[in-house]
Amino acid sequence: MFADYSMAELGAIFAMQGFAGLILFSVFVLMALGLAIIFGQMGVINMAHGEFMILGAYVTYLMSNLFADYMPALFSIYFFVAMILAFIASGLLGLFVEWAMIRHLYKRPLDTLLATWGLSLILQQTYRSVFGAREVGVSIPDWMMGSLPLTDLIEVPINGIFVMVLAVGISLAVYIMMFRSRWGKQVRAINQNRVMAGAVGINTEWTDRLTFGIGCGVAGVAGSAFTMIGSTGPTAGQLYIVDTFLVVVFGGAGSLLGTIASAFSISQAQSIMEFFLSGSMAKVLTLLVVVGILMIRPQGLFSLKLRK
Amino acid sequence: MQSSAFLSRKEMIGFALLAALIFIVFPMMLDSFRLNLFGKYLTYAFVAVGLALCWGAGGILSLGQGVFFGLGGYCMAMFLKLEASTPENTSIQSTPGIPDFMDWNQLTELPVWWQPFYSLPLALFAVVAVPVVFAFIIGVAMFTRRVGGVYFAIITQAFAAILTILIIGQQGYTGGVNGITDLRTLLGWDIRTDEAKTTLYFVNGVLLFAVLFAAQYVRKSKLGRLLIAMRDQEDRVRFSGYNVANFKIFIFCLGAAFAGIGGAMFTLQVGFMSPTLVGIVPSIEMVIFCAVGGRLSILGAVYGALLVNWAKTTFSESFPELWLFGLGGLFIAVVMLFPNGLAGVWSEKIEPRLLALLGKAPADKSAPDGAPAE
Amino acid sequence: MSDDISDNKTNGVSRRAVLAGGTALTASLFMPKGLRAADFPTAEVNTTGLAVTDDTVTIGILHSITGTMAISETGSVQAEKLAIEQINAQGGILGRKIEYIQEDGASDWPTFAEKARKLLVNDKVASVMGCWTSASRKAVLPVFEQHNGFLYYPTFYEGLEESPNVIYTGQEATQQIIAGLDWVNQTKGAKTFYLLGSDYIWPRTSNKIARKHIENFMDGCKVVGEEYYPLGHTQFNSVINKIRLRKPDVIYAIVVGGSNVAFYKQLKAAGIDMTKEKPILLTISVTEDEIRGIGGENIDGAYACMKYFQSLENENNLAFVSAFKEMWGDDMVIGDVTQAAYLGPWLWKAAVEKAGSFDVDKVREASPGIELTSAPEGYVKVHENHHLWSKTRVGRAQADGQYEVVFETADLVEPDPFPEGYQ
Repeated sequence: MFADYSMAELGAIFAMQGFAGLILFSVFVLMALGLAIIFGQMGVINMAHGEFMILGAYVTYLMSNLFADYMPALFSIYFFVAMILAFIASGLLGLFVEWAMIRHLYKRPLDTLLATWGLSLILQQTYRSVFGAREVGVSIPDWMMGSLPLTDLIEVPINGIFVMVLAVGISLAVYIMMFRSRWGKQVRAINQNRVMAGAVGINTEWTDRLTFGIGCGVAGVAGSAFTMIGSTGPTAGQLYIVDTFLVVVFGGAGSLLGTIASAFSISQAQSIMEFFLSGSMAKVLTLLVVVGILMIRPQGLFSLKLRK
Repeated sequence: MQSSAFLSRKEMIGFALLAALIFIVFPMMLDSFRLNLFGKYLTYAFVAVGLALCWGAGGILSLGQGVFFGLGGYCMAMFLKLEASTPENTSIQSTPGIPDFMDWNQLTELPVWWQPFYSLPLALFAVVAVPVVFAFIIGVAMFTRRVGGVYFAIITQAFAAILTILIIGQQGYTGGVNGITDLRTLLGWDIRTDEAKTTLYFVNGVLLFAVLFAAQYVRKSKLGRLLIAMRDQEDRVRFSGYNVANFKIFIFCLGAAFAGIGGAMFTLQVGFMSPTLVGIVPSIEMVIFCAVGGRLSILGAVYGALLVNWAKTTFSESFPELWLFGLGGLFIAVVMLFPNGLAGVWSEKIEPRLLALLGKAPADKSAPDGAPAE
Repeated sequence: MSDDISDNKTNGVSRRAVLAGGTALTASLFMPKGLRAADFPTAEVNTTGLAVTDDTVTIGILHSITGTMAISETGSVQAEKLAIEQINAQGGILGRKIEYIQEDGASDWPTFAEKARKLLVNDKVASVMGCWTSASRKAVLPVFEQHNGFLYYPTFYEGLEESPNVIYTGQEATQQIIAGLDWVNQTKGAKTFYLLGSDYIWPRTSNKIARKHIENFMDGCKVVGEEYYPLGHTQFNSVINKIRLRKPDVIYAIVVGGSNVAFYKQLKAAGIDMTKEKPILLTISVTEDEIRGIGGENIDGAYACMKYFQSLENENNLAFVSAFKEMWGDDMVIGDVTQAAYLGPWLWKAAVEKAGSFDVDKVREASPGIELTSAPEGYVKVHENHHLWSKTRVGRAQADGQYEVVFETADLVEPDPFPEGYQ
């Protein structure tokens, strides 16, 4: 397979392939962080995670139209405004959903799965009714599409870099919030012992709501970023849901570090296999390997305690 | 079966009512097309009954029941496809005598693992055995390592995703995304005619009752009580010296067997099998049938499958846009307001009042509330 | 926009009328009795109990309006409704107005089969415009053959099928593929091809035909890679690197659905500028409809090979495009399949009028040889094998989301669903 190529070419290809793996890693991290917060810290299975992401994507779509129509001069930076608004929109919806639905179901985690599945159907149909059944095209500022030639042979996509920077940024932000802020301390306290946390004066209800809202907000930002690399349509959220859950479970719920480690290993495995095998087989093999490892180590890569 | 211990008086009435509904009311009230539709709904009831055992009694929520339903259905479809692919029927192919999709994918002979499906007994055996073997492997891997709850749910979901991708990807062997279509006869008996469909409806009904009795038997047995004990206090059961994993594996396999039978009946009645029945979405829907009917009640599971599917058909014929709102709302409402589903509403709300009204004599009643008898 | 495909209420009347089982019961609701209807007494034009009254005839529309396929099938539904409206404005068929019952296949193949049976058995529709994916067509095919229904199927597809109960108004694979490959070889000098597709039967069969043609019928040309990704796959950076490594002259892409958007966006971001044509991108799966989701700027310079582009400049098409926009909104775009769906009701009308009857057997008999000179794509004719003779064209995608037509076959291409030498 490689006989016809010079070393320089091969080196360039492998460098770019490594980069492709890193982009995939960043995509997985962005997809999974919001879910990891909600699932890991609250034990809630949010099947509507993909729909929260798509909400962010639709907000980006609206912003792109708004800027193109009314503020064309600022179009090149609209994306940042859109991401902030995507966070707010998905976050607010998250707060509402937690208040209306999730808080009644904390004692029945499996039931949150069914209820949020219902929610995802409703959201999908809402998007379809509001934005039409077709996909919408989100125009991306020119500077974000295109590539950066590093050498003659190596080119790196700018949107890939953007996604990576965003993934690092959001991971850092989540880390700081979780381990350096008052809220983070409260969340972790509640996760360890809800009753005691309440007894020492933590407002568990509000902390839960905020956690859910922030998780959804992060999903919204991810969705917003994914308009650069993927499609925006009523059912696009479902494209992400399986991968997202696998990343979180494989990492070990409750551990954000685990989520990142698992995103890294799955993305590298998949990206390397995709290079040597056909795409479909790579996907199946990746899934099988992940499930295989989960059978041997059901608690995931990093986990604080064994679940039953 | 010793009826006095096996079915309480109340349960007997429940079974009798359901039997009346399936064997008398539906066939009398519905035309052949609708009856066939209800037959299709009832194939989902097999899965829902299995789930009522695994989930309701055992606390094991599987989001991969579509896998077992699909495997059962595919085993049946492979037999029917081979029967339909006689050299005469497929004479325009470059290799006559093999299923059409294989010919399209340049296969020139039947793969070895298709060979057993020339035989009906082997195929029928496979309908149950293949899902059970799969469930056994998953069950051993998971339950002996004490994976449960949410993790188990998500891992089974991953299996559904993997199998779908595999089936679609290996289309030369499986028919790919189209599935196995254009099934015609069962041992020479044309399954496409209205009479055949009606007959299959009754076969389906009888099998469903066989499955219901099996489920009831399990529930009444010591195993059933142990399952409930495990669901509520797994550690105590373990400390009492029971091997919890084995019970879970057994009940999971049983659910898979039920689902496989349902899948085979689906193939027979609908006339094809496709990967859309294997994936994540149908698997979750099957859980919904069970949840709507009441996860603790095997009869409720049947009503749940009937009601949800009937509503789905009816609404989508009239208001396709509203339907998804309705379905989504139904899930949320059932989970939030009626965690025990129809069966819960019945036994908590309606039955006590009825009993009070009737002076505590549970006389013969009309169909339970929510039963889709129209 | 929300209501564009769901005006079921308008046909509530027709459904009730049909369910009432009436033949002549609901006569004279809206239509002034035309002279022509009287010339064709219902008893004569409908001997098989179809839903035909003295002044209406009911057909079915069966597409997904929910689920993942709704993205693609929406345009077909719109085109079919437009055609029906236009036919009714001209006085209908045999003096009868067309009413339709729309069912939702919900992107689920068993649901398609169920709804097809409902339309044929319960509603007794005279014909059905419907289906989009091959899987949905395969699911309904036995139903149509058993109950002797008549389906107009709009999508370009893989061929290998020729049902007496289906008219295929889109192109089969050889019609669509071969002309484009020859063109790219002859005018662009392309020699090496990288075949890429979503993992299901249409891309696989199409690529099989493409590979046979490249290897057996194109001198010195070869396939340097062939690859499939699961439906809904969103990460294409690895395959883009493989393409870089192999340096093909042509990327032959048959990616569909949401994957399409991801593929083209990532291709552009990876620095593969399609306007430079190194490599050339040739696709048979991206119509103007898909470009809306992809974004014109992301696919600028790619070539597509199909039979219809919205930018075709002939009178039929100009009229069609303006009527379509008037009915569904100025921001609508029209792709190949949408146009093929539009042909369905017109072809059926022509066949019914030729047969002088709504009976499926007579319509089937009348169908081969039916010509449409008013087709937006130009002139089409129904072949003995129920496919259409049609021209094949190559378009170059523009940043505004339209194709510029750069090539069209001189003659109509004969449909050949079971091509010799390509199996």
